[in-house]
Amino acid sequence: MFRTRQAPLLQALSDGGSGDASLRSAAASVVPGSLARLSSLGGRLDELRDRSVLVWTGDQLAAGLALIELDGVARRAVLCPPGLSATHLPAIMAKAGVEAVVCDGLRAGVPSSVAVIPCGTGLLPLAGERRDTRQTEWILLTSGTTGGPKLVIHTLASLAAPIGGGAPPARGSVWSTFYDIRRYGGLQIFLRALLAGTSLLLSSPEETTGEFLIRAAECGVTHISGTPSHWRCALMSPSARRIAPRYVRLSGEIADQGILDALRAAYPDAGIAHAFASTEAGVAFEVGDGLAGFPADLIGRGGAAVEMKIEKRTLRIRSARTAIGYLGGPSLKDESGFVDTGDLVEQRGERYFFVGRTDGVINVGGLKVHPEEVEAVINRHPSVRMSRVKARRNPIIGAVLVADIVVRAAPGDGEAIKSEILDACQRMLPPYKVPAAVHLVPSLEVTDAGKLVRRGA
Amino acid sequence: MNPTGEAAVLTRATPVRPAIEAQFERVAKEQGKTLQPLSDDLVLADSDLDSLCFAIIVARLEDTLGYDPFGLAEDAAFPVTFGDFVAFYETRRPGVADVPD
Repeated sequence: MFRTRQAPLLQALSDGGSGDASLRSAAASVVPGSLARLSSLGGRLDELRDRSVLVWTGDQLAAGLALIELDGVARRAVLCPPGLSATHLPAIMAKAGVEAVVCDGLRAGVPSSVAVIPCGTGLLPLAGERRDTRQTEWILLTSGTTGGPKLVIHTLASLAAPIGGGAPPARGSVWSTFYDIRRYGGLQIFLRALLAGTSLLLSSPEETTGEFLIRAAECGVTHISGTPSHWRCALMSPSARRIAPRYVRLSGEIADQGILDALRAAYPDAGIAHAFASTEAGVAFEVGDGLAGFPADLIGRGGAAVEMKIEKRTLRIRSARTAIGYLGGPSLKDESGFVDTGDLVEQRGERYFFVGRTDGVINVGGLKVHPEEVEAVINRHPSVRMSRVKARRNPIIGAVLVADIVVRAAPGDGEAIKSEILDACQRMLPPYKVPAAVHLVPSLEVTDAGKLVRRGA
Repeated sequence: MNPTGEAAVLTRATPVRPAIEAQFERVAKEQGKTLQPLSDDLVLADSDLDSLCFAIIVARLEDTLGYDPFGLAEDAAFPVTFGDFVAFYETRRPGVADVPD
């Protein structure tokens, strides 16, 4: 049994000789190899053995350390992304059969029926021996249409399996990422850094982009990744000149030629690559020629580590890196094992370009938003008859949300209604799901089937 | 486009700066950010505002001012300081773009 699966994370760390590589946040620095004899869970790991565990932290490094310890021990580790609303917790916990919650502070909303195990970046001596007994299911959350996030099942193998290519990083490499490691893109970097034995510098919501870049420069960062939006923001900072990365990576959004050229100009000696990955479809490919889009000959390569095909204009992927499926949800793969990414592509010459989504999902700075989810919040306002949330192209984060709203007769003070709607969105949604602008419109176009027309969403 | 400079005087009589300042302050408040004084040398990336805040500011200014100076030009470099930001809107205002200083 042990030969057929990936060794648990902590064992892989000690086997890989991670040495003194460290994980650094703005507030703490931890050598993950030290978890062989120390614990971030206050010595209570045994209480989590074989259980379904929710990892719900304010600090991303605390979550990362808990995951290292939970892999191979817990039956299931459910990773909460930053900014998750507590209103979604009961549904998530029920669906994932959560029996214990790992958290790094007071987290309101955890029912008293489950065990709460504190965690943090201060390590304590481990009580007893570590025993890895099982394969742990990793559950990542992605934005759902309405009614809370979808639960995507992975294993360490599907998250960390090699996809070929790419030499191991040279000794002395220091990685960094703008992503939060509690989402797929950041988790990838976290796991790859751990398994390669390189140090990793994490961003912090408390620091500005400029401060993060200064910290990255001080640590001598060599590899750094983020979304095109992260990079547009970084290049606004004079501190962007302080780092001298050997490798710059973009993913999570469409990388247009503008941002690729701007990065080339800023970092003439760096390898610059944009990658395609999603929580469900895994990491698929990386393009390093400095051009937007991807070469058409990546499609239809039978027997490749990552097989890709285009059907109904969308990109579909089959590989060892795709998720296993949705927990308690619809099936993820077609009968031949391909995952439909939902990303529409268009061929121009020898290249494919991403042109949008089949499901109308809007990508706001690398984070997916289902317009229906935002409309549901807006429609609760008593003066709203109907609403449509759509994307507006934005020079900084690719797209922002704009809401068109039809109010009931005699709307009274339109500005007051707009402001109440924005207030409600700010209370009930994470910041990136709040419309940047709200417009009152006389009507919205509806199809013959009674559905909102969603052009350009 | 405007050789006399008269129109420039007229358009500059309705400056964009107050609209921009108001939007910075409003978005900072909405997003729970602490805004430093809006001096011309304030480096935007070192302010407490994040990329989402700037994105919202640009979107709202398009509604209030009626134009987006970034347009669809993908290669437009984003301003570095608050002063650059205001100047970016002032110089790319429709009708004054070609007026020399």
